[in-house]
Formats: sequence, structure tokens, C-alpha cells
Amino acid sequence: MKYSYYPGCTLKNKAKDLDTCARASAQALGVELEELSDWQCCGGVYPLGSDEIATKLSSVRALAQAKEKGQALVTLCSACHHVIKRVNDDMKHVEDVRDKANRYLQLPEPYAGETQVLHFLEVLRDQVGFDTIREKVVKPFTGVKIGAYYGCLLLRPGKIMAFDDPENPKLMEDFIRAIGGEPVLYPYRNECCGGYSSLKEKELAGSMSKTILRNAEGFGAQMLITACPLCQYNLNQAPVDLPVHYFTELLAEALGVKEEVQGH
Amino acid sequence: MQRIGVFVCHCGSNIAATVDVKKVVELVRMEPGVVWAEDYPYMCSEAGQSRIAEAIRTQKLTGVVVCSCSPRMHEATFRKCAERSGLNPYMVEIANIREHCSWIHKNTEEATEKAVILARAAIAKVNLNTPLQAGESRVTKRALVIGGGIAGIQTALDIADAGYEVDIVEKTPSIGGRMSQLDKTFPTLDCSACILTPKMVEASANEKITLYTYSEVEKVSGFVGDFTVDIRKKARSVDMSKCTGCGVCQEKCPSRKTPNEFNRGLNTRSAIYTPFAQAIPNVPVIDREHCIKFQTGKCGVCAKVCQAGAIDYEQKDEIITRKYGAIVVATGFDMIKLDKYGEYAYEQSPDVITSLELERIMNAAGPTKGHLERMSDHRPPKNIVFIQCVGSRCADERGKSYCSKICCMYTAKHAMLIRDKYPDVNVTVFYIDVRTPGKNFDEFYRRAVEEYHVNYIKGQVGKVTPQPDGTLLVHGVDLLDNHQVKIEADMVVLAAAIEPNPDVRKIATMLTASIDTNNFLTEAHPKLRPVESPTAGIFLSGVCQGPKDIPETVSQAGAAAVKVIGLLAKDKLLTNPCTAKADVLACNGCSACANVCPYGAISYEDQEVRAPGVREIRRVAVVNSALCQGCGACTVACPSGAMDLQGFSNRQMIAEVDAICR
Repeated sequence: MKYSYYPGCTLKNKAKDLDTCARASAQALGVELEELSDWQCCGGVYPLGSDEIATKLSSVRALAQAKEKGQALVTLCSACHHVIKRVNDDMKHVEDVRDKANRYLQLPEPYAGETQVLHFLEVLRDQVGFDTIREKVVKPFTGVKIGAYYGCLLLRPGKIMAFDDPENPKLMEDFIRAIGGEPVLYPYRNECCGGYSSLKEKELAGSMSKTILRNAEGFGAQMLITACPLCQYNLNQAPVDLPVHYFTELLAEALGVKEEVQGH
Repeated sequence: MQRIGVFVCHCGSNIAATVDVKKVVELVRMEPGVVWAEDYPYMCSEAGQSRIAEAIRTQKLTGVVVCSCSPRMHEATFRKCAERSGLNPYMVEIANIREHCSWIHKNTEEATEKAVILARAAIAKVNLNTPLQAGESRVTKRALVIGGGIAGIQTALDIADAGYEVDIVEKTPSIGGRMSQLDKTFPTLDCSACILTPKMVEASANEKITLYTYSEVEKVSGFVGDFTVDIRKKARSVDMSKCTGCGVCQEKCPSRKTPNEFNRGLNTRSAIYTPFAQAIPNVPVIDREHCIKFQTGKCGVCAKVCQAGAIDYEQKDEIITRKYGAIVVATGFDMIKLDKYGEYAYEQSPDVITSLELERIMNAAGPTKGHLERMSDHRPPKNIVFIQCVGSRCADERGKSYCSKICCMYTAKHAMLIRDKYPDVNVTVFYIDVRTPGKNFDEFYRRAVEEYHVNYIKGQVGKVTPQPDGTLLVHGVDLLDNHQVKIEADMVVLAAAIEPNPDVRKIATMLTASIDTNNFLTEAHPKLRPVESPTAGIFLSGVCQGPKDIPETVSQAGAAAVKVIGLLAKDKLLTNPCTAKADVLACNGCSACANVCPYGAISYEDQEVRAPGVREIRRVAVVNSALCQGCGACTVACPSGAMDLQGFSNRQMIAEVDAICR
């Protein structure tokens, strides 16, 4: 199993663990993540200005490069995944965006949304399979109550992201079971953490994150896992003593490859 | 050569505003066979029809083309007019220049050109028309009603009252339907069971009515006036002639963990059961899937305790075949499944319930004996939130695009009843619009607001979040006040959309009755023939046709009964002469036509075929014109072109196409 891999900026500095643990785990699971050359920042938020093309171009470059290699494109950061998947959908279905982007980029072959965009969690579920992961786990999280925190970017808009049921997802709960933990269902697991509002309205983001953490704690969660660096940042700012980890950290630990990573 | 008259209708301004009717008249005059052409503002009016009659006589017309509205609207009108004037009605054709032309185009020049082309096609067809004679078929003076809810019961009672035999087929063990599950009915708040059970008893006691409960329609063949239906009477495992309905078997049955369908799964029932106390017939059935005796072979408690010796483990399904003149569909509705509405936490919290579940909780015969309590801890709730339009008026594919029509009223009823009985309970209702257009309906809703102080909030709920302490935090929006609201509730009631009973698809297919994208049965005309299906002899009663409340359902049930009575009162029916016919010279007996015939109208026989140079006995197709519905499937399937539809022959079709392409 060989994939093109788009790490994104945050995974190269603030969220190194999300990246390194994923690479080590992938290796242990027989998945090859081949980092794209010369990738650029995705822009962070899906460029909502409908006439805005420039902000979509870096995604299109990455997608076209993966297409050239004949590989699916794997992402890890929720925000990058969201942007690239939505831009891909635009390239497939919105003629105006497709024409302008192609005219601007002058690629050897016009790009029209052919690349499959996968989140690493989807690779684990659909390509590797949770049963295989379960077999390869050497240090299971037996008895640990773990809450999955999806946030919003992975799930919505449901039709385009097609990740899981946006209102009642179960992918990450199945993941938690695969690494031997006990998933805790709590209703705020797909609510927004506050996102970028933490830059401008700290209190608002803080209260949103606090609601999520308190609720998860109330239902007995001992830790939360997430795929999003921004979510992790916001949740960690809130005054609730509940650790929030990247899901890849737990995966690497369960597979017994975490020390390897930290040894680097 | 035909002598054809063309009559172009203005339909007021409906046609004339877009189509230059004078020009149409002028141009069709030049078509082959046309000897007369004129226009008139309203061709369907008495004056318009007499112009047609006059022209038929004076011009000795042999064919007529009316350029007007859809043939579904007035083909019959103009055919009757021709018949009265001595012309065979099948010599009349309609060119639809309204729905197919003036209504959908804006440019007069283009629309006029298209109207001429449509007229030309119809003229080309009439040139090849031959007079056809309608046959006759008999009418079986017995009706079948599918579904034993209030719609089916009322239809059956009305048909029986006119003196005709009528059978009700009901899938569940008892008649009564959804109405039997309700507690009180709006807007009068009379008890549902009190007004329904007398009708159930009446239906069972009426000697003209036969009830087939725990039964399903399995096969339907035939046509209007002469349907043949197979009914599967499922094995009850209880002898109906011996059972006294004492109920001891149900008390003693050791298998008690089956979700109780009648109480919407809020509690459990025994494996041998009657759905509710007033069930008719009051004879239990054994649910074999959950019966210990059937699953393991050991038990047999019910047989031991039954004094009447009515338990019969050996009983088998029985197929009853009967003939009917008319069939009424009254299959009713269910609430939609809420699995796509994760935001309301219906599957996560037992204290989030549907309105129908609340009906059972409020009902004295229900799982809580009528006490309002939370299903999680059986404590009385203090703050109840109702959410309306869950899946109704929905913009995405999760729910239904339509308004379920009954929810505004029953939610007002629930809110009012709760505030009346438990004045210290706070009741909040989230709504998009409150729709109460019925007799005494708006007054009812206003009473809920003004007298009972129910807190109505215009806005929708984004999410219901169960809290660790067991309460439910409802996140909504108040659109009038333009702010977000959070309400701490301990019970949430969802007014889930209603949808046609899922079985209706299967039944509609058997009846060749059409259904719409929402699985509601389609009526023959939305305004003028609302209780008839487009398939002759099939009638519609109740919610299977569209959302409606009890008074409306009862009205429609009566209307369907009148239509059935009108049909059964006839001794003979005229049959459609546009049936298929095989040309024995071209037929090679391959069976392709019989394989595609949905009505089983084609059989084969050995016939002597004579033609110049041919004289042999051959297996050829023969069409039973009484069974043939003229769908034309066989004419397409026939590889040698031997099958032809009278009135729609291949030559006629090609002539029409040629005229359009000319």
C-alpha cells in the first residue's frame, strides 16, 4: 500500500507528533507514505470566496502531483484534509473553478478531480482494516476510557467529506476499540472547538472548548484523541484537566513504535 | 380517404395567449384528409361541443382532431360528443397543445409552430384510425379493503351499508391501526379508543364484512370489476373457532422479552399475544420467532393452560383466493426512522421519544399506565421540550420534503394535556411555522398558548446533548428574538415525519397502481379524482394517498366507498378496445410477448394458417382482450412485428413520427 502524503505546515512544527507517530505506525502496518515534493500550505481554511482561485491552487498542485504518480493522496491534519477534499470536489464539479485553476497552472495535463483524497483514519479503516490493527497491537490501552473528538472539519459538509455520519460518527470509536481502549460516547464529540475564533475571541473559544471537555469528563473519559492540531491547541487552553492527544500518538504507542519515534 | 375536422381550442387565454390559434387553423387546413378546421374559445363548453357535432353532421366527418388540453382532461368529453353525433369515438384524437405546448413555452412563433406539428401528428394518426367497439365485462359484486385502520374500517362499513360484501385484509393480529394507539384526539380531546372501538366492533359484527386479520395480500390478477386476489392467512397457531379470548395463555407465557410493537417498543410482551385489550378479533397469535416451543421444541405452556384447547402448533399458513370487483388501498402510515437524525440523540437517550411513544405513555393502557414519566428512571419530568418538523419540510435528503400535516395539532394537544394534568411541568415547543388550518384548529392551538401558557419558540433545534447527570441540554435558536437558546430539559419529544407504510410499494406493484417519489399512492386527478388511482378499479383511502388527520381520513374513506359502490352497482363494464392483437401470419409462437405481458393476457394455441403458398398448423399467440390493458409491451417485444395494439398500431405511431419529422 503506497500513498502520496501531504503533511501540511503545522505537522512540521507545532504538531510534529501527529506526523512522526503516523509515519512510524504506517511503517509498522505496511503502509508507505510518500511525502509529496514541494508541497505548499493549504491555506488553512477552505477558501470560501467563490471567485477566489489563488487560495485553491496549492491544493490543486498537490492533487495533480498525486494523480501523476497514480496514487491516492493521504492527509492527517483535519484542516488540510478539509481544504484539499473540498477543492478536489470543486475541481470535479464546479466548471468555473476547474477552468480558471487549470488555465492558471498550465499543468501538463488538466486536472479535474481524479485523485482520491483519504484521511489517514480512512486508510486505517478501509485499507488496513481495524481487525488487522487489533492483531498488530502489542501494548493495548486496556481499560482506558478514551473519548473521540472529531471536531467539525472532518465531518462536514457530510456529502463532500463523506467521512462518516456527521451527526453520529463511529470511525474513531472503532479505532479506539482496535487499539484496545474503551470508547466513551459523549454528545459534544462533533461540536466545534472554537476554531480560529481563539485568535480574536478567546473567551468564546474557551467556553466552547470547556463545554466539550466537561461533557466528555462527565461521561467518564480519561483522555481525548483528535486529528486536528487546532482542536488540540484550543482544548488544551481550556481550564479542564483532561489530556488531549493525537490519535497517531496512541496508535504508535499501541503498536510499540512510539519510543522509536521519540528516540529520533 | 378520411374526412377530418380539426378543432382548435383557445382555452381562454391558456392556449391563445401563447399560440396563434388562427394560424394553426390556417395551416392544418392544408394537411391531407382535412376538410374542416375552426377555432373556438372553449371547445369543451356546450357551445364548443355543438360546433363539433354540427361539423360532423354537415361535413360528413369520418375523423376528428381536437387541439386542446391533455387527453387526460377531455379526451372522454370529446369522444362522447362524437359518439352522440354518430361518429365512432375512437375516430377522435387529441393534440395536446396546452400542457405540451402553450404552458411550457413563451415564444409565440415557436409555440405556434410546435402546435401545428402536434396537430399534424394527430391528423396523420386519424388518417389511419379505424372504428373500434368497446367490449363488455362483468362486475364481481364484492370489494377488498387492504388495511384495517380507521380508513379501511370506515370504507368497509360504508360499502357494507350499501349492501355489498366487503373483505378487510389486515397485516397485524387486530384491526384498529394507528388510531388505536392514540390517547386523545384533537381538537375535541375525546378519547381515541372510545370513538374507534365501536366502529371496530361494528365492522366485526357486520354480516357483509369479513375480516382477514394477520393476513396479507399476496397476488393480484385481473382488472376492474374482475380482480382475483390471493390472501395469505398467516398461521395464528390459535384456532379462532375455539379460542374464548380469556387471556390466560398470555399471562402464563414464559417468553416475555419481545419488544411490544403496539407500545412502540417501550415495554415488552409475551410470545403469544393480542396487541391490545380491545383487539378485534380478541384471539391471540403466537409470534413463532420468539416462542420457546417453536424455537427449542420445549415449553407448550399455553397449550397446557388453554381450557378451550385452542392452541394449535401445527397450524399452517392458508391461501385464500377470492374475486373482487374493486380494491381499496388503506395501508396507512408509520413514523420515519430517526437513525439519520443523530443530533436529536434519539438513539442515545431513552428520554428522547417520538410523539407516538408519548401517546402510549399518556395512555392509561400504555406501558406507564398513563403516568407521565421518563423512560430512563421512571421519574416525572419537570421540563419537556417538543421539537416539531423532525424530518418534515426537510431541505436535504435525510427527511421528507412535505409537511406531515398532523404534527402541529397533536403537539399542541400533547402540550395542553400535560400542562392541564401536571401544571408544574414547563413545556416548550420549537416550531418552524404553526399550521392549524382546520375547523376549530387554530382556536385549539391558541388555547395551548394563551390558557395553558405553553412556551412556543419559533426556531429549530440544532442539537440535543445528554448530560452526565441524565438531563438533556437542548440547543436551539429563537428566530423572533434572534438569539441562541439553551434549555435544560429532562424529556424531549420529537414530532417525527410520517411516511406511507413501507409495504405499500409491494402492494402498489401488485395492483399496478402508481406511487410518487415519497411512496404516496397517486390519485387519478389531484383535484377532481382524489380517491381513485389511475388504475381502474383501485381506490385510495387515508394516509396512503397523502398526510391527513382523522376527520379527513374518515371523509376520504367515505368518498372511496361511494366510488366503489358506484362501480359495484353496475352489472357490466365497457372494456377498452385498444387491446393487442396478433397477426397469425407473422407470429412464430416464440413466447416473447407472453413473457413480458404483466397481465397474463397472452396464451398460445395451434391454429391453421392460410395464405398464398402457406397452409399449415402453427402455434400462435392469442390475446384475451378482457385481460389485456393495452400497455403495448408485447408489441415492442415481438421480434417479427406480429403484435399490434389496436388504436395505437405500429403504422399509426410511425405516421405520427413521420408527420412530426416532416
